[in-house]
Amino acid sequence: MNYISVFDVIGPNMIGPSSSHTAGAVNIALLAYQLFSKPVAKVDFTLYESFAQTGRGHGTDKALLGGIQGFGPDDVRIRDSYALADEAGIEYHFLWDDKTKTAHPNTVDIRLESPDGQVQTVRGESVGGGKIRIVQINDIDVVFTGVYSTLIIKHTDRPGVVAHVTKVLSRHGVNIAFMRLYRDFKGGTGYLILESDEKIPDDFLEEIRENELVHEIMLIQI
Amino acid sequence: MSMDFASGKELYRLCREHGIAISEVMLRRETELGMVSEASVRERLARSLQIMEAAVHEPLGKPRRSLSGLIGGEAWKVYHTGMADGTDDPKPLCGEALTRAIAYSMAVLEVNAAMGLIVAAPTAGSSGVLPGAVLSLAELYGWPETKQMDGLLNAGAIGYLLMRNATVAGAEAGCQAEVGAASAMTASAVTELMGGTPEMCFQAASLAISNLLGLVCDPIAGLVEVPCQSRNAIGVANAFTCAQLALSGITHPVPFDEMVDAMYRVGRSLPWELRESAKGGNAGTPTGCRWAAGGCSADSCAEGCGAGQTEDARQKQDG
Repeated sequence: MNYISVFDVIGPNMIGPSSSHTAGAVNIALLAYQLFSKPVAKVDFTLYESFAQTGRGHGTDKALLGGIQGFGPDDVRIRDSYALADEAGIEYHFLWDDKTKTAHPNTVDIRLESPDGQVQTVRGESVGGGKIRIVQINDIDVVFTGVYSTLIIKHTDRPGVVAHVTKVLSRHGVNIAFMRLYRDFKGGTGYLILESDEKIPDDFLEEIRENELVHEIMLIQI
Repeated sequence: MSMDFASGKELYRLCREHGIAISEVMLRRETELGMVSEASVRERLARSLQIMEAAVHEPLGKPRRSLSGLIGGEAWKVYHTGMADGTDDPKPLCGEALTRAIAYSMAVLEVNAAMGLIVAAPTAGSSGVLPGAVLSLAELYGWPETKQMDGLLNAGAIGYLLMRNATVAGAEAGCQAEVGAASAMTASAVTELMGGTPEMCFQAASLAISNLLGLVCDPIAGLVEVPCQSRNAIGVANAFTCAQLALSGITHPVPFDEMVDAMYRVGRSLPWELRESAKGGNAGTPTGCRWAAGGCSADSCAEGCGAGQTEDARQKQDG
């Protein structure tokens, strides 16, 4: 059983009104923003099921728009996230889809676009108490929660990538807590997700990039 | 020796063996299992108290409407009509301590509903009970910050056991798991802060769970506003009452761990309509349905009005 801290009980510190519909929404959007790691020019949100049905009353839209501006769940600027997005020149659009069924009732798709037209889509689920999981990146099924430092490597599904990455990590003394592989089809695009309890040093990312099968590296630090 | 515990019984044994309060066991457990210093735990607790302070006071000076318009201004009303203000009229029916605690607990829910900053304790919907009680008593008795932290630690220990061995999610076990849990945590905390023994703390928590057993989660329009805000007020009143009973030496025949289990089993047997689905109780009434943004469906509404939102409700929401 996971350790429950006093701050899991007396906490989280959050902008109301709902840990699942507000704090969880911020956390999903913030992770999407961190994964993208580029300036955001345009964002499309599609809210499903419970998010779509009761999201307006819970400020889910403000929370999502705050998250992609880098605000955390306890950031009071969330209340003004529309005005701040306008000020920053971010184009945003919300689709409230209360017809489509999703695996989890609190689900959102986030499509981020940079000024030079690079696009990334992320699907996230808010699973209660502000806790979340990302279940899709660019339409490929993945699972991670952002609770750990997370290294995500987009690559071509061919032999040698995992060996290359783990070799680099072991050379730099990074202890891997969890490791998972996902792909769209055999030989297609894959995601290697590694999670660590500690901050993952970023000075060896160039070494990982040396393998020609590696296309993109995303790093989320706790 | 390890300060970890998995039940009320184990927590009580640690208190007895070391001759320390529940709050002290929880503090030692936190430093041991969290692998952090006491100073860093206290730093975080100070931040929690700071957020709670702001949340209990802000709506008394500047009331704010919620996003939906269902609530706003209630804490101010209670505080200014219920507290002695130099004149004899009106007299505070609930006495100064409880009236202030009720106003504070409702204030936190007001801040929460207006997208302000709060500390979930244990949830956002029940976030008013603990700060309402601890901060009102701290003002009344001049308790220093370290003593207020003891209150959070004691409540955290009880809340941890409820999370571990039952649940604090309304969607799983109804409001008894949210406001009921907050009330049990607070009853125990207040008992320790008022000089009660660990044994009395468990009695207070057991009584508090017992009193709110079966309380349903039925938020109008699915929003954390009505009946959540006034439920926080009753959570505080229940906590004070149970703390007083325990401090007076009154006991509950069923031990704490069994009450935690009873709460969980009652919660699991609640129908889905009464577990945060916004389909039953207050939410399922014709008026509750009209407040729901998406309108009501015939099978969930007692009268099956099917009218959806009325013009009146829509205007209120827009305003």
